[in-house]
Amino acid sequence: MKENIPRGASPSRSGRKQPPPPPAEAPPRQGASAGLEQSGLEAYFSHHRLIARDSLMRLIRSPLSSLMTWLVIAVALALPCGLFVMLGNLGGLTEGLEGASRVSLYMKLDVDDQAAYQLAQKLKERPEVQSMQFINRTQALEEFKSLSGWGDVLAYLDDNPLPAVIVLQPAPEYGQAEKVQAFTETLSKLPEVDNVQLDLQWVKRLNALFEVLGRSTLAIGALLGLAVILIIGNTIRLAIENRKDEILVVKLVGGTDPFVRRPFLYTGFWYGVGGALLAWLLVNMALLWLSGPVNQLAALYYSSFNLSGLSIEASSLLLLTGSFLGCGGAWLAVRRHLDDIEPK
Amino acid sequence: MIGDSMIHFDRVSKRYSGGFEALSEVSFSLRRGEMAFLTGHSGAGKSTLLKLIMLMERPNQGRIYIGGQNLEKFPRRQIPYFRRHVGVVFQNHHLLFDRTVFQNVALPLEIAGVSSREIGRRVRASLDKVGLLKKENSLPITLSGGEQQRVGIARAVVNKPPLLLADEPTGNLDPELSAEIMRLFQQFNQVGVTVLIASHDLALISHMKHRVMRLDHGQLVAGRG
Repeated sequence: MKENIPRGASPSRSGRKQPPPPPAEAPPRQGASAGLEQSGLEAYFSHHRLIARDSLMRLIRSPLSSLMTWLVIAVALALPCGLFVMLGNLGGLTEGLEGASRVSLYMKLDVDDQAAYQLAQKLKERPEVQSMQFINRTQALEEFKSLSGWGDVLAYLDDNPLPAVIVLQPAPEYGQAEKVQAFTETLSKLPEVDNVQLDLQWVKRLNALFEVLGRSTLAIGALLGLAVILIIGNTIRLAIENRKDEILVVKLVGGTDPFVRRPFLYTGFWYGVGGALLAWLLVNMALLWLSGPVNQLAALYYSSFNLSGLSIEASSLLLLTGSFLGCGGAWLAVRRHLDDIEPK
Repeated sequence: MIGDSMIHFDRVSKRYSGGFEALSEVSFSLRRGEMAFLTGHSGAGKSTLLKLIMLMERPNQGRIYIGGQNLEKFPRRQIPYFRRHVGVVFQNHHLLFDRTVFQNVALPLEIAGVSSREIGRRVRASLDKVGLLKKENSLPITLSGGEQQRVGIARAVVNKPPLLLADEPTGNLDPELSAEIMRLFQQFNQVGVTVLIASHDLALISHMKHRVMRLDHGQLVAGRG
């Protein structure tokens, strides 16, 4: 009878997999479907293309419900993304401000104006210093009189109680908090100097605030990322439920688990990508909407500050995150629900 | 003996979790290229027997050899590859109603990773055999019951499986259509395919000169072979 078997159990030709043991010992027909072997990989990729297109078309065919899902994902992605963009902008703003820290050196009272001035000239030459302002004792007194309103009281004093002051503006490359701090330390060790005041506290506070904001954004981002995974997972669960019959048939005619999973993973992928694209649109629209008032505000401060949008890197990162979360959510749902569907 | 047979059951029992014994100590052998009917009252264990062959169920006792291979040794991951070599026709044909006839029949080939050009050729050959070549672009819902069943048969044989199983393939059809479907199975058997058909249509079966195995309350009472 063996000879009569028309096409013996020629093993599966899916190229990428190990051919499984054929259940029947029928001899493989000589030259049977030799062309298939070469096209196995090609067929595999063309199937991927097919499924990718098909799963996208399925989403587009039910535009309203797909759009809802995409919008939910977009909002969840746009929020942390927008916060990061804001933080980036504020960070850029304060980089300019950090340089604005000033160091004031108060001379000892027994140092006369001339010696103080010589020290000031010497300090001006240092690379850490961008500019210097010297205030001698008389000027200091004048300034105090005019600003404090205690001028009359000073008239009763024999001596000028105020020291000479050197105000230094650190060079921009030494503008960061730690470097200015170090520079201040060395200055305070100078013998002529009584006291050094670093006008830095607010910069530190600002940096700490940014640290808090940055971490909160990360936390929010992580939570919303989790939300995206759950949203997509739930949507995929429904899709699996809707295509239960198909899954059963596919399993009955020999579909492997990866084959069954594939359309759902692609569906998740498209949800993620679509959501990310919409999020990109939302963030850019928000930036556009904000840019007018921000420019006005900047102009009032005589600043050339410009709101910077999503860079190409940030945009690709957003897209990548979206597709990754989409696949992840789909994978979880598929793992959880697909194995339950077994032909009985 | 095991090597010569396509299906070999060796004292196979299947008990469901409720304690119901669907099959008890069933032993039989079906030669390669043989055609046989499996009959019995409903609940006699016909479907269970087919499910065991398809690896949709595992037996509690005994051994099953298909094509000389012990099914016990089949890991779960390999089951899909095994199923590609067994064509199955269902009573309710399990067609996908959102796909055309062509796409339904093409499914097993797609799964096996056959190139699209080859798929077109083989699907048309298969549809031609069941006489539905003209309906390839129709949706199954627009077809009659007999035609739907023939689409199911075309899908079962498109892979050229050496073994073809059918579970009540004529259950919903009138006698004339049923006879037509049976003739189709005979044609496949004539080119060497081993065919096992579960059916309770005794009138129809008795007309055909094939072995009849009868199950009664899980026991094989006739046609052990």
